[in-house]
Amino acid sequence: MLRAPSRGFGWIPHWSWWAGVAASFASFLALPAFVSEYALLQLSVIAVLSMLGVSEGFLWGFSGILSFGQTAFFGLGGYTYAVAALNSDHTALPLLGAIILPGLLAAIVGYFMIYGRIGEIYVSVITLVVTLILEKTMRATSSDEYVIGSVRLGGQNGIPTVPPLNVPFTADGTLGLTGVYFLSGICLLAIYVGLALALRHRWGRVLVAIRENERRAELLGYDSRIYKLWAFVVAGMIAGFAGALYGIWGNFVSPEMFSLGQSAQILIWVIVGGRTILAGPIVGCAVIQYLTAALGTAAVGQVTLVLGVILMLAVVLFREGVLPAAWSGVHRIQSRLRRAD
Amino acid sequence: MEQAIIVAYQAVYAIAFLILISLGLAVIFGMMRVINLAQGEFMMLGAYCCNLAVKHGMALWPSFALAALAVGAFGMLIERILIRFLYGRIIDTLLATWGLSIFIVGGTTIIMGPTTESIPAPFGTMTVGGYGVPTYTLFLIAFAVLALIVTYVLLRYTTAGLVARGTMQNPVMAAALGVPPEAVYMLTFGFGSALTGLAGAVIAPLSGVSPTMGGFFIAKMFITVIVGGQMALLGTLSASTIFGGISGTVDYLVNSVVGDICVLVVAIALLRFLPLGITGRFHRGV
Repeated sequence: MLRAPSRGFGWIPHWSWWAGVAASFASFLALPAFVSEYALLQLSVIAVLSMLGVSEGFLWGFSGILSFGQTAFFGLGGYTYAVAALNSDHTALPLLGAIILPGLLAAIVGYFMIYGRIGEIYVSVITLVVTLILEKTMRATSSDEYVIGSVRLGGQNGIPTVPPLNVPFTADGTLGLTGVYFLSGICLLAIYVGLALALRHRWGRVLVAIRENERRAELLGYDSRIYKLWAFVVAGMIAGFAGALYGIWGNFVSPEMFSLGQSAQILIWVIVGGRTILAGPIVGCAVIQYLTAALGTAAVGQVTLVLGVILMLAVVLFREGVLPAAWSGVHRIQSRLRRAD
Repeated sequence: MEQAIIVAYQAVYAIAFLILISLGLAVIFGMMRVINLAQGEFMMLGAYCCNLAVKHGMALWPSFALAALAVGAFGMLIERILIRFLYGRIIDTLLATWGLSIFIVGGTTIIMGPTTESIPAPFGTMTVGGYGVPTYTLFLIAFAVLALIVTYVLLRYTTAGLVARGTMQNPVMAAALGVPPEAVYMLTFGFGSALTGLAGAVIAPLSGVSPTMGGFFIAKMFITVIVGGQMALLGTLSASTIFGGISGTVDYLVNSVVGDICVLVVAIALLRFLPLGITGRFHRGV
């Protein structure tokens, strides 16, 4: 009799993992007391973009689907929130919509790709094309006829004046700079913990089994398609949510959110941080964001030039990701030193 | 009636345009199974070569040839320093060539500036079904057909084409027969790049030249070649006919955004039912 993995409470992580999560959370809560407002703004956007990175890392590293189109869901989430919040006084429902609508798009696109059982290379290209079409569509909406409710879509310029989040249970309180920092940090942590637990649970183990050997998993009676579709939808919803938070953070959304440059950046975070570790993309995102901010003041095109070089070198030299490669390099040196003793 | 004529003309033009821009990728992906995401940037480089040559007083036709040669040489260089490490790692190729694409866009922006430049189109305008269209579009249609035929004849009926196809099918056997597979890979990639550079130069008078122009074409190229499937040229021809027909008609009747969306939806639906592309069930060939 086959026993499914991890029935009971075996999936709950060791206490040291919780201690690590709690420690990073505590330092995160304490940080605003020590850094400037500008740094806080940067940290907020890193937290928001890290969600996007985690969604890609989860999808690619644990379910084996390489999506080139997480920006489709990211941008859609941002636009959904902006349009819905500007058309109503609420902000909670638009935020929910920014999760559901990208989730629906992911379900439709994912159904065609995953149930069609098309090869991984085609999945990459289709997700890429979906993003490009959405970007082109949004860029073409500059004339006055493209209006949803009372909101002009604005073409190239996007939608300025995306409203901040209302704080619940207060009359007119909205979330300020520090508020957005805390919100994005807490959401990132919640998503990370949620995904980490899901991956240790039965569902995640089946997902990893499918990644390792899809045919064997199917012969054992798991319908791989529904597991992969769910992974794709969950990643899409996370990306959509990140898009809404990005709109709230910057007070505007624009077609740039869909752009190829943006999707390349996500992949760079994941490749630098490593896709086999769930927290890898967070580190990768922080490193690359810091780098682009430092380069940002230089000439036009310099940032993309450097990012392109990083992507090429990382792919050719480090197949498992830069940080995991560095980690295993350190281990190898350690063990060699030990042997020398 | 006049409406029908102009719609038909637009559809034929869209088909020819797709064939022209996808041909290089069809050779590179269809024969070598290398997905080159920097393909749009190769086109952009071709357009810039042509633009520079024209600016320096060269006539338009030799500028096309120059663009093809320059981008072909550039492609061979890239094959040597990047692509050859990645054969058989198809996803890694995709990512690395994406890096290459960003790199080229960044480099071109630094050197040439982020502005759009234009080359004046020769021939003036003509009337089709009561509308004025650039006569150059007629030239482009003829050129696409010619390029397709020349590529087909090269791959199908010449010794070089035979050696290339043989090497792609079985590199070890080709090597045993005295053909250096490395050189064949390099030359095939160079040939595909040259076709792409040429396409970039030919469309430059219509589309304008800017560092980010590659991004506009990359999606169309890829869905055309992928939906085309196994057989590089026949697949590209049939997929171009379907998508060009749709986008040419819808572009004219509604607008180009709706046209793009229609193409995408049809492409995804086609791949759902023909996961290997239109020619996926055929035996190998060109």
